[in-house]
Amino acid sequence: MYRNHYDSDITTFSPSGRIHQIEYAMEAVKQGGAAVALKSKKFAILVSLKRSSSDLGSYQKKVFQVDDHVGIAISGLTADARMLCNYMRNECSNYDYVYESKIRIERLVTKVADKHQLHTQGYGGRPYGVGLLVAGYDQLGAHIYQTCPSGNFYNYKSISIGSRSQSAKTYLEKYFEQFEDCSLEQLIVHGLRALRETIPNSDTGLNSKNVAIGIVGENQPFKIIEEENAQPYLNLLENEEPVEMQI
Amino acid sequence: MQQHVSFPVFGQNDYFNYKNPQTLENRMPVVDAKKKTQDPIVTGTSVIAIKYNGGVVMGTDMLCSYGSLARFNSIQRMEKFGSYTIIGAGGELSDFQSLSNTLNDLVTLDHCIDDGSKLSPSEIYNYVARVMYNHRNKGDPLWNSLVVMGYQNGSSFLGKVDLVGTCFKDDIVCTGYGAHIALPLMRKAALDNPNMNLEQAKKLIEDCLRVLFYRDARSSKKIQISVANENGLEISEPIELDTYMWQSGEAAVKSFSQV
Repeated sequence: MYRNHYDSDITTFSPSGRIHQIEYAMEAVKQGGAAVALKSKKFAILVSLKRSSSDLGSYQKKVFQVDDHVGIAISGLTADARMLCNYMRNECSNYDYVYESKIRIERLVTKVADKHQLHTQGYGGRPYGVGLLVAGYDQLGAHIYQTCPSGNFYNYKSISIGSRSQSAKTYLEKYFEQFEDCSLEQLIVHGLRALRETIPNSDTGLNSKNVAIGIVGENQPFKIIEEENAQPYLNLLENEEPVEMQI
Repeated sequence: MQQHVSFPVFGQNDYFNYKNPQTLENRMPVVDAKKKTQDPIVTGTSVIAIKYNGGVVMGTDMLCSYGSLARFNSIQRMEKFGSYTIIGAGGELSDFQSLSNTLNDLVTLDHCIDDGSKLSPSEIYNYVARVMYNHRNKGDPLWNSLVVMGYQNGSSFLGKVDLVGTCFKDDIVCTGYGAHIALPLMRKAALDNPNMNLEQAKKLIEDCLRVLFYRDARSSKKIQISVANENGLEISEPIELDTYMWQSGEAAVKSFSQV
């Protein structure tokens, strides 16, 4: 294990102007199973790879519903993510009560990012060790956001986080221009193909047990597709006939 | 015997305690209780508003009465909040000013988020309803009847909120005396002419405010009319209503003095 000087707490800058504890927290995000997010004009989707600690145990949940119009996929410390998910659910229902309308995705993401930031500035705490992919649909359209332990957040057309996510990014960078006009089904297949890139060849690959898909969009409340419901999409992938994919 | 409970009206309260001459006991200052607004002091009267084909029109007079005294005769009772919403208020003027401050804070905060979207009229309306309801739960209501109107993304909004937080949306909304006198007139006009244009709607509001001036003893003929439509928001300059000329009375006075 490598170590730096000036890395034992988050209130001390290193002489090169970095706060190592935050950077370590960003590393925690890279340890988790990969999650991919992408969007078309009308839909935003999340695709993630679940892990289980043993063959006897269940797979760790990776996609959470926040509200009818938002959901998140996570990578990093699941326990931290559950706290944040709870917070987001709270903010959503609060906004619903006060304004009787759905909170804009960017406003929600700003709030969680501010919560992240708060934990990068106080002695005796640690940053959240989790990255979120937020997919949502509001009056401004479909949105994909990524949050970091540092308190930063980014708006994306498509993005992936987690272990070996660089391979998924490479896939997304190659095809993202097509996403805009994709149907929901095509979008899911793109997501699964991107996710497949993150799995080492030696592994068993994608199956209905280790995949979770979250979809949301126009007239489509947030819905999680997993287990046997994910199988039809995996079959599409299997056949490698990417449903009118090539134009 | 059942006692009649009367709605608190300024002037009917026994402010000088004539009915209960002071004893030492009731002169003791109450230290552990806080006095809340129990009746309004400076009040505006009706607000009336109607949706027309392509927007909303609202009208109020500019009088704020001190009890039955026509005390302030040039007060604007409608205000813009953000670029899509106008709120008109009847009832306690100071409570409306306080609510305005709250809403301006909200609008400023919304502007500062800078995410390319603004609070819609219906969101502001709902927020107002929450504020009013919250105050009434504290036993300290903001003594107003509010009409919220707006126009955003091609759709009109019109709703009403009162001092206990009751709220509803409708195509025609009137508060106070107007709810008794102007509302039936406006409903009939809307029935006769379902696709009213802006000019007709303005004319209707003006006519109704004129009727209110004749029948409501707390109203004045100095009015303002505001419009929300695709061109944005507009609150008019003060308008002096043309009313019946009372020359007949003058003639009577003249003939009386000749006797």
